[in-house]
Amino acid sequence: MSEIIRWTAAELGAKLAAGEVSSVEATQAHLDRIAAVDGDVHAFLHVNEHALDAAADVDRRRAAGEDLGALAGVPLAIKDVLVTTDQPSTSGSRILEGYRSPFDATVVARSRAAGLVGIGKTNMDEFAMGSSTEHSAYGPTHNPWDLDRIPGGSGGGSAAAVAAFEAPIALGSDTGGSIRQPAHVTGTVGIKPTYGGVSRYGAIALASSLDQVGPVARTVLDAGLLHDVIGGHDPKDSTSLTDAWPSFAAAAREGATGQVLKGLKVGVVRELPDSGFQAGVASSFHAALAQMEAQGAEIVEISAPHFEYGVAAYYLILPAEASSNLAKFDSVRFGLRVTPPGGGTVEDVMSLTREAGFGPEVKRRIILGTYALSAGYYDAYYGSAQKVRTLIQQDFDAAFAQVDVIATPSAPTTAFKLGEKIDDPLQMYLNDLTTIPANLAGVPGISIPSGLAEEDGLPVGIQFLAPVREDARLYRVGAALEALLVDAWGGPLLDRAPVLAEKTVLGGTR
Amino acid sequence: MLARIQLSDDEVTQLTGQLDAIVDNIAKVSEVATPDVEPTSHPIPLHNVFRPDVAGQTLTTAQALQNAPDADGDRFRVTAILGEEQ
Amino acid sequence: MAAAKLMDFDKALELFEPVLGFEVHVELNTETKMFSDAPNPANERNHEAGPNTLIAPVDLGLPGSLPVVNETAIRSSISLGLALGCSIAESCRFARKNYFYPDLGKNYQISQYDEPIAFEGSVEVELEDGTLVTIPIERAHMEEDAGKLTHMGGATGRIQGAEYSLVDYNRAGVPLVEIVTKTIFGAEHRAPEIAKAYVATIRDIVRGLGISEARLERGNLRCDANVSLRPRALPGEPVAPLGTRTETKNVNSMRSVERAVRYEIQRQAAILAEGGTITQETRHWHEDTGTTSPGRPKSDADDYRYFPEPDLLPVQPPRELVEELRAALPEQPVARRRRLMTEWGFTDLEFQDVRNGGLLDEVAATIAAGSTPAAARKWWTTEISRLANLQEREPAELISPENVAALQQLVDAGTLTDKLARQVLEGVIAGEGTPQQVVDARGLAVVSDDGALIAAIDDALAAQPDVMAKIKDGKVQAAGAVIGAVMKAMKGQADAARVRELILERAAQ
Repeated sequence: MSEIIRWTAAELGAKLAAGEVSSVEATQAHLDRIAAVDGDVHAFLHVNEHALDAAADVDRRRAAGEDLGALAGVPLAIKDVLVTTDQPSTSGSRILEGYRSPFDATVVARSRAAGLVGIGKTNMDEFAMGSSTEHSAYGPTHNPWDLDRIPGGSGGGSAAAVAAFEAPIALGSDTGGSIRQPAHVTGTVGIKPTYGGVSRYGAIALASSLDQVGPVARTVLDAGLLHDVIGGHDPKDSTSLTDAWPSFAAAAREGATGQVLKGLKVGVVRELPDSGFQAGVASSFHAALAQMEAQGAEIVEISAPHFEYGVAAYYLILPAEASSNLAKFDSVRFGLRVTPPGGGTVEDVMSLTREAGFGPEVKRRIILGTYALSAGYYDAYYGSAQKVRTLIQQDFDAAFAQVDVIATPSAPTTAFKLGEKIDDPLQMYLNDLTTIPANLAGVPGISIPSGLAEEDGLPVGIQFLAPVREDARLYRVGAALEALLVDAWGGPLLDRAPVLAEKTVLGGTR
Repeated sequence: MLARIQLSDDEVTQLTGQLDAIVDNIAKVSEVATPDVEPTSHPIPLHNVFRPDVAGQTLTTAQALQNAPDADGDRFRVTAILGEEQ
Repeated sequence: MAAAKLMDFDKALELFEPVLGFEVHVELNTETKMFSDAPNPANERNHEAGPNTLIAPVDLGLPGSLPVVNETAIRSSISLGLALGCSIAESCRFARKNYFYPDLGKNYQISQYDEPIAFEGSVEVELEDGTLVTIPIERAHMEEDAGKLTHMGGATGRIQGAEYSLVDYNRAGVPLVEIVTKTIFGAEHRAPEIAKAYVATIRDIVRGLGISEARLERGNLRCDANVSLRPRALPGEPVAPLGTRTETKNVNSMRSVERAVRYEIQRQAAILAEGGTITQETRHWHEDTGTTSPGRPKSDADDYRYFPEPDLLPVQPPRELVEELRAALPEQPVARRRRLMTEWGFTDLEFQDVRNGGLLDEVAATIAAGSTPAAARKWWTTEISRLANLQEREPAELISPENVAALQQLVDAGTLTDKLARQVLEGVIAGEGTPQQVVDARGLAVVSDDGALIAAIDDALAAQPDVMAKIKDGKVQAAGAVIGAVMKAMKGQADAARVRELILERAAQ
């Protein structure tokens, strides 16, 4: 296995700039890795057959003396929820099998412009509905730490790709924890930016008021470098913020070397007691907090009395918005079309197509959402859920008056086994208990590895939340803790992941 | 039905059971969603977001139709909109 | 389907009180669509665009696409709201109206639900005889139009019996303002007239603002007429509850509006008088048969599951902008009409001819191009309207005001007689060119060469030898026969008055 794939994106970018390695070499190394392990991991739905051409193009531009960014020439995995003109986009669904978008998502276009090399589209729960990637219509992704276990969801593919060294960085999306929870179960880093901080244009919509696109990486610095490329105002997305953002890579560097933790007030939520978490998850969380305290941070108990209503509110708002957002998949303009035998009206074709093209979780949520918006139920369900949002925002406002960041474990358990929770949707929904409030309120959140759980040796992540627009604070704090922990561990947590069996596949890429 | 999904009988049974459980759980929100609380539609308050009335890059007809399951010349084709009895 | 029974209109009005409501959709003529930057087909310059050529991703609902609001459409909507006497919302939002139909790109329409941009106004409508009626306006809100379906394979080209349909999404996303009246009471016998006058007034308003081409035949202005009947209470009895209303769509001309309202009154009266009930439904107007037929029955599709559009932010028109637009409003149609009538010096009847023909703008433009008011009026309300009726088109479509003025100038200069001018008019309308070009091409100019006239006169006198004697005898009227013969010989290309002069000169010799 080439050592190239073990480099972080920052390291690879620097070596590319220094001419020590070419983008073609780096891209080929990662394509080889994908060929060798993805049969087992199944992080990718599509490997980009034009990746080497793109890499060669970056090498050419660099040779011509062009001034290129820090990530130019670095391979990038892209969650299949983001539309790309040169690769299919399925959002993990059969209803979009083979779909070719005539436009690129803004984050994809910006990545291209920065010289990143799109290496493939990653697997996900269908239409981003799920927390295990088991709801992908194309089969689940397997956690590189234990192939019998889930990689998290909905962005399990991007997290697994990065954890399995198939790509140094990836793009993901987070509606209720779909970046942060996979980061937690795979020992990687993931950020959900402030709502509106990164353009949603080209991200196949799930719940418009909750969705955000964000970076997935192995280090906080890598995530910051990618966030710098993709973030910022987009006139094509009315909900994108016009703020000028500071450099998140710079914030990460500052965090790693500076005195960020001294005097930092870290809030711990009283209403999320240890009893709600797997023992190993809770102890890893507290160990990380102890490390921070040792550096001068102050742990403060805060109250967020409405967090407990978050999951319920989320599972009204999301299905409602999703039922409307997914109505466009009707067999008319794109996607699957299934005609009843003997023909039928267009209404028949629409119904049959959606029945065949959507998986059970998607159908469940569409029907629930349709119900939540119906006349007579709007006030009690959707309308009430929107009020819970207000209350959760107020909880955050009150908390951030007392503390700089809030800390929680990123999810209640480590990676569970594939198939374990799939028949119990309610159980599945509780995976997002700690991540959902950030989406409801729009605040940014980060998950970084905090260690391995004692009972099963599986990765645990710690989540930090900051006030709206304070994404840089998360990079500083995350990088500071990351530096401490990596030092204590003698190396990144991923060094301890089991070595994946490499298959030799003749012919290279899939 | 409103969701335009033709469920099988088995699916209807299964879903109804699951939905009941979910909906019960969800009635929880009404505990705190009192009349004095304003609903929030957008997490970050913004308003008056517009674009100038200037044409941008439009899709070519070929692009518009490139994923069409069925097309006739330059238009999308769908089966009859009403059943025979209407 | 058997033709519906109709009650005599006057009898219907005896028994029932008509209650009306109108929803008028105005297509704005902005450069681009409401929520996408694709060119707007409702703008004159894009009128001829081929199917699916004015498309942005969001018009097709492509995955990942997002709407962004057109600033000019907001301004136009505010101006329209102000011109309707409405208050402009301090804050309003867009909402999704969810339903499935193949002409919708997203299977929801972005509209406004409980927060329209304009509300609570009124419009003064002038009927043909000058009576003023005030129509109360409930609201005006912004929304987007749907695509166009063409039904194929059926016998009639209508949706019933079609085998398949073709979809063109050019129109999907066109900015619409929907104007909704409050319930209109007291229309009585004039209900059909009022309906037509109301639509005409809306058209005049939006044209005056320059925000829409407002051509009914092109669908720039669409009227849905709501009609219900309420049985008249006998003296001393309580007022009956309002009847069930029907909504009639596909009224594509002013004429149709009037006829459709009249028809529905008659149809509903017949049913109610027999003890039947009116089905609440949407009906489709057929101009060819002058009837309405039931459309799709309203089903569970009525539950549109409105919720605030999460991809768009609230619109909060600053008060300074509202006042700026208010100050820029053009004259209200009624006031404008009063002013023009005085300026032009028309009698009430003459002015009504112009107004009722919807020819105010055309006459004004013709005068601006150099014609006298009288001449402009004459051409537009007589010949051009007559030809328009024959061709079933609007007068304004046949000829430009500039050409009408040019035509009159040729008459004033003596190049054409009135009769010749009418031939030239037909030539211009047929697309042969400007009046001068038609005159030249067809050789229609009045012959001004006296020599040619004298030659023709001599021929005519030779053929009728006794006429000269009669004229010399003092019977000047006898000249008429010769004039007629000369005109015939000259194929009408002679000034009859000059011919007469020459004949008399001859006689005096």
